Amino acid sequence: MLKTFSLGGIHPADRKISAGKSIEVLPLPKRVVVPLAQHIGAPAKTELKKGDQIKTGQVIAKSGGFVSANIHSPVSGKVFKLDEVVDASGYRKPVIIIDVEGDEWDESIDRSETLKTEISLSSEEIIKKVGEMGIVGMGGATFPAHVKLSPPPGKKCDVLIINGVECEPFLTSDHRVMLEKGDELIVGVKILMKALKVDRAVIGIENNKPDAIQHLTTLTENEQGIEIQPLKVQYPQGGEKQLIDAVIGRQVPSGKLPIEVGAVVHNVGTTLAVYEAVQKNKPLIERVVTVTGPGVSKPSNFLARIGTPVSQLIEAAGGLPDNTGKVIGGGPMMGKALSNLEVPITKGSSGILVLPHEEAHRKPVENCIRCGKCVSVCPMGLEPYLLMIEAEKELLDRAESDNIMDCIECGSCSFTCPANRPLLDYIRLGKGNVGKIIRNRN
Amino acid sequence: MNQKLVVSPSPHVHSGDSVPKNMYGVIIALIPALLASLWYFGIGALIVTLTAIAACVLFEWVIQKYLMKATPSISDGSAAVTGLLLAFNMPSNLPIGLIIIGAAVAIGIGKMSFGGLGNNTFNPALVGRVFLLISFPVQMTSWPVPVASRFQYLDATTGATPLSVVKEGLSSGASLSELMGEIPSYLNLFMGNMGGSAGEIAGITLVLGVLYLLWRKIITWHIPVSVLGSVAVFAAILNISDPESYAGPLFHLLTGGVLLGAFFMATDYVSSPMSKKGMLLYGVGIGLITVLIRVYGSYPEGVSFAILIMNAFVPLIDRYMKPKRFGEKVKTTKVQKQ
Repeated sequence: MLKTFSLGGIHPADRKISAGKSIEVLPLPKRVVVPLAQHIGAPAKTELKKGDQIKTGQVIAKSGGFVSANIHSPVSGKVFKLDEVVDASGYRKPVIIIDVEGDEWDESIDRSETLKTEISLSSEEIIKKVGEMGIVGMGGATFPAHVKLSPPPGKKCDVLIINGVECEPFLTSDHRVMLEKGDELIVGVKILMKALKVDRAVIGIENNKPDAIQHLTTLTENEQGIEIQPLKVQYPQGGEKQLIDAVIGRQVPSGKLPIEVGAVVHNVGTTLAVYEAVQKNKPLIERVVTVTGPGVSKPSNFLARIGTPVSQLIEAAGGLPDNTGKVIGGGPMMGKALSNLEVPITKGSSGILVLPHEEAHRKPVENCIRCGKCVSVCPMGLEPYLLMIEAEKELLDRAESDNIMDCIECGSCSFTCPANRPLLDYIRLGKGNVGKIIRNRN
Repeated sequence: MNQKLVVSPSPHVHSGDSVPKNMYGVIIALIPALLASLWYFGIGALIVTLTAIAACVLFEWVIQKYLMKATPSISDGSAAVTGLLLAFNMPSNLPIGLIIIGAAVAIGIGKMSFGGLGNNTFNPALVGRVFLLISFPVQMTSWPVPVASRFQYLDATTGATPLSVVKEGLSSGASLSELMGEIPSYLNLFMGNMGGSAGEIAGITLVLGVLYLLWRKIITWHIPVSVLGSVAVFAAILNISDPESYAGPLFHLLTGGVLLGAFFMATDYVSSPMSKKGMLLYGVGIGLITVLIRVYGSYPEGVSFAILIMNAFVPLIDRYMKPKRFGEKVKTTKVQKQ
């Protein structure tokens, strides 16, 4: 029996049509739009002005606090303007727009392909470097990585878990990184282990990626303390709490962080970025993005610079199909539908998914038949049907005591509901309202 | 880019499950039992089943269209399921007029007066059945003899059910071992060769049906197992305490409506609890009340009442029997001990 998490879970169709496509370097765009808030926490602050000349990899905005991250220029060129535009989240955010001129990298960055295995930095230096290089969680949550590497006083980490689950249907960027950047990835794992001062790391990979499991198992044969853990395919295994439960059988208590049970989780993409930052002095300015969808003529995995417009990635994958109904930033379960294809990709963009018209619309909502399937599939052990009623009727005290804030918004409830009820929509609304009350209490 | 894009919150994909898929799944699961009822009760079962389904669907349509002024949703199959289960819970010689009254109560009072599918507290088919049982006790407890009455309807030869044989025999002073000689063997009971409601008799077909429901993941094991388990346990306790006065667990499981009730009536989505823990409690309650009514009550059979009584407790069960939350049991890690 393969390991998996203990409560709930669903099995959406895989549809990983781009799994066999090697990572391709996307040509540079003519202009990039770099948001200052690409991470959870305070937005970065910039001192640039219109017309400033910048090099690739140069810091263009400084971290706005401890929970924040530096932003580096993904291209070389001239600042066209500082502006506010609507980004993938649908909100207006401050951005730096840069006109691309050539591709002149900052001299401090080692652009060679040679693998550098020797880790010369100390634990503290690694954490500092990860912070300076603007590394954030690349699985989608975009939590600044250096914060996760600095456990609060009194808490100690005893195991590092690397998230190679990629449980979202369609997405394959982590899969390709594991296959093509395996050596770098393993060094990245060792760097993170050194930073956290742990002697055990587990890479969790779902069983639908046997090639990645095989490849990394071979690479780690002679490595001390790095294990590869194949996992049963089940969504949302890539959720941090679910992955910890699946891999080491510890459940993070409600409202607590993974460090509470002695674990720190980093995504495969983040681990690669950590390798490049620490060993090659390369900031987080590009990432692997899957561009896929049932109608996309050339599903691909691109290595794209941050700030590249989504439209250019879709163009490179064969263009927008005629019957396009929806374009999603991220996967089909948790991604955000885009209204505008000129939004840039950011540090957290793992994929672009194009869905045809027939898959773009929700089916009409019917009465709840109390089948209990939402309760069965909830990986957090919540009662989505009840939370929806409580959110709808603004019974916020009851919603809070029914643990609405534990919801990880994985969407398993809405996915499974036979009456097509918008369970997660209302739970999000309720979370927002309950969250406001909780914040005002303190 | 002049194409309009659909924007909606995640998730953007759906399992494809639907209300009709679940309802028609239940109907498919009931087909073996329907065939058995036709085999044993012939033309009577056919008339009762067709009338009950047609009447339920018609009442739902009329009420939705003319009273609720809504778009009728009879195609979701829920009214047909109610009709089929209502027919399964009636003797096969019931006059058409009574069947129509039963259907009107089931759909009108049991379901639509609460607001329709999803809002009813009680199992609609059982509301209809119990209404008839209390209002027309003679017609509702005259049981056609299986096989022999195949080609008869209202004039069917009737006999007693095993439960009423035992109940009446015990109250007139007979010993259980004498009475057990009068009822069919356990194998015959399981195959359905006994008096009873049209669809409840053939245990083997009901087991086939419930296996299908479990395989399709339409229901989970919790309610059927807890109902049957508690009937068996409580019957066994009584049987061990006094074997001459109380029948054993196998007799209680194979007679009357326990299997139909545990598999198809108690598992009704709308009127059963949402959490697994709640389902187990609900099932145990049904089993206990069933045995209590059978042994100490004035009716020989108590499954319908037991389910309806536990239906009333479902809101309370849902309120207090919460599912196991993730991370509820805080495990102290080795790290903290160090």
